[in-house]
Amino acid sequence: MVIGPYQHPLAFISTDVADEPPPRDFRISPPKAVALKLHKVEKQFGDNRVLRGIDLDLEPGQFLAIVGKSGCGKSTLLRLLTGLDVPTDGHIGFLDEEGRETASNARIVFQEPRLLPWFDAADNVAAGLGPDVPKPEARRLAEAALGEVQLAEKAREWPAKLSGGQKQRVALARALVSRPGLLALDEPLGALDALTRISMQKLLNRVWRELGCTAVLVTHDVAEAVHLADRVIVLEEGRIKLDLPVPQPHPRRHGDPVLAELEGQLLASILGEA
Amino acid sequence: MTTFETFADTGRKAVSSRRHKAVSSRRQLRLPSLSRDVLLPYLLPAVLVLVWQTGSSIGWISDRIMPSPAAVLAAFWEAASSGALANDIAVSGARALAGLIVGGSIGFLLGLANGVSKLSEQLTDTTLQMLRTIPHLALIPLVILWFGIGEEAKLFLTSLGVLFPIYLNTYHGVRNVDRDLLEMGRIYGMSGWSLFRKVIFPGALPSIFVGLRYGLGIMWLTLIVSESIAASSGIGHMANNAREFMMTDVVVLALLIYAALGKLADVVARALERRALAWNPVYQK
Ligand SMILES: Nc1ncnc2c1ncn2[C@@H]1O[C@H](COP(=O)(O)OP(=O)(O)O)[C@@H](O)[C@H]1O
Ligand SMILES: [Mg+2]
Repeated sequence: MVIGPYQHPLAFISTDVADEPPPRDFRISPPKAVALKLHKVEKQFGDNRVLRGIDLDLEPGQFLAIVGKSGCGKSTLLRLLTGLDVPTDGHIGFLDEEGRETASNARIVFQEPRLLPWFDAADNVAAGLGPDVPKPEARRLAEAALGEVQLAEKAREWPAKLSGGQKQRVALARALVSRPGLLALDEPLGALDALTRISMQKLLNRVWRELGCTAVLVTHDVAEAVHLADRVIVLEEGRIKLDLPVPQPHPRRHGDPVLAELEGQLLASILGEA
Repeated sequence: MTTFETFADTGRKAVSSRRHKAVSSRRQLRLPSLSRDVLLPYLLPAVLVLVWQTGSSIGWISDRIMPSPAAVLAAFWEAASSGALANDIAVSGARALAGLIVGGSIGFLLGLANGVSKLSEQLTDTTLQMLRTIPHLALIPLVILWFGIGEEAKLFLTSLGVLFPIYLNTYHGVRNVDRDLLEMGRIYGMSGWSLFRKVIFPGALPSIFVGLRYGLGIMWLTLIVSESIAASSGIGHMANNAREFMMTDVVVLALLIYAALGKLADVVARALERRALAWNPVYQK
C-alpha cells in the first residue's frame, strides 16, 4: 500500500484483504488441526463454581469465539482448553482428523504480550519452539514466522522499542511458530487502539485461514467475535447461554448487514434482553 | 509499507523521522555543547580548589590543619615516584576485590537460593535479616580478638559488609520476576536451568546491579575503617602512619585516593550494568 499525499485515515479498511497475495514461508509442516470435545466440564475455585457443565463440540479448523460479561469464566475455560489448568470434573478431549484422541498441542496469546524484554523479537518467537530445536534452526524459523505477521524487519529489535500492536504480533508469531493444532486467544486485541485492532483482526483472520488450525478467541467485543468466528457462544453463570453459528464466508467486510444482525442478537443475549 | 502496518505505526515513523532531522541539525552544535555538559559539573570543584590554594598561599588556612593543594600534589608525586603509592593501592585494591568476591558470592548464592526455594528461604532468611541489623563495624573488637589484625580480619569485615546488600537485592529481584513471564516460560517448555537462565536471572539482574553498586560503597567504607585500625600496608595504613608524623598532606592524599577508587569502582559497575541491561528502556538512547 502506498500512502499518497492525502488519504482518508479509514480508507484502507475498505480495501479487501482477499486481493492480497498471502506471503507463504511455511517450512514446518502445516498443523494437524484438532477437534475439541468437552463433556460436562466443571471448574470450581473453592466454593466458586465458575464453570457448571460445559458441553461443546468443535470441528477441526473451526474458529470459535467466546463472549460474555466480565468474570463469567471465559478465561477459565480457555485455560482449561490449553492445559494451563485442569477441570474439577468432566472431560476435555482432543481428537485428530481420524477421530483418535491426541495431544492438544495448544498455544495461547494473552491480552498482554508477555515478551521477554531481554530477548530480541526473533529470540522471543524462537522461545515458542520449545527447548528441543537447535538455536540456528530456531532463529531461522522465528524470522520466517515474524515475516508471516509482517514484522520481518523488526527481528533484532528489543520489545521495549515496539508499539503495542507490534508486540502483540510478535506474541502471535511465537504462538504460531510451532504450528499448533489449537490457537487460543484471550482478548489478544483488548489493549490496542481501534485502528490497530482492525488491522490485527485482518491479520488474525488471514493467518488462521492459511494455517488451518482450530482457533478459540475470547473477546468482550461482539463485533470482533462475529467478524472473525464461524461460531460464537455466550457464556453466563458458567453455562453456554447461546450458541450462534456465523455462516458468512471469510474474509468478511465491516458493515455487513448479516453480521450486524447477529451482533444484535448476541448483545441482546449478553445483556439479558433475549 | 505493507497493508498490515497500522496507522499508529506510520504516525510513529513520521514522528521519529522528524525527530531524526532535529537531531541531525543539532549535530553541528554538538561538540561545544557536549564538552560543556562534561565540563560544567567540574566547575565548582575547580573553584573550590582555587579558593583553597589561594587561602593556603596567603596564610588564611594553616597547613597543620589543611595542606595546600600544591602540597598534596607534591606528596602524591613523592609517594608515586618511590613506588610506595602504587604498592599501597595494589594492596588495598586486592583486599577490596577479595571482600567483594567472597561476600558478593555468598550474598548472591543465598539470594538466589532463597528467591527460588521456599525451604531455603524458611531456613535462612529470618537469620540473615537479624544479622543484617547488626552494624558490621561494631564487630571490630570481636573480629580483632578472633583473627588478630591480619588479613583475615579485614577480609571478614569487608565480606560481611558486601554480603547483605547483594543478598537482599538478589533475593528481592528473584522474588519479583514477573509471574506472567514465568507462566509463559513454563507454557513454552522451559523448566529448571533454562527457566532460570532465560527468565529468572535476567529478570532479577536490574535489582542485582543495585545491590552490587550499594555493596561497592560499603566495601570501600569497611576497608577504610579496618585499614586505619589495623594494618601494616594499604591506603588506610598510609593515612594512619602519616597522622602520627602530622603529615596532613599525605592524609588528604589518602582521602582523595579513596574517593578516586570508589568512583572508579562505580564507573566500572555502571558500564557493566549498561552493557548487561541494554534491553532495558532506561539504558536505550
Ligand atoms: N486461579 C483462580 N483462583 C480463584 N478464583 C479464580 C481463579 N481464576 C479465576 N477465578 C474466578 O473465576 C471467575 C471467572 O474468572 P475469569 O475466567 O477470569 O473471567 P472472565 O475471563 O470471563 O472475565 C471469577 O470470579 C474469578 O474470580
Ligand atoms: Mg478474562
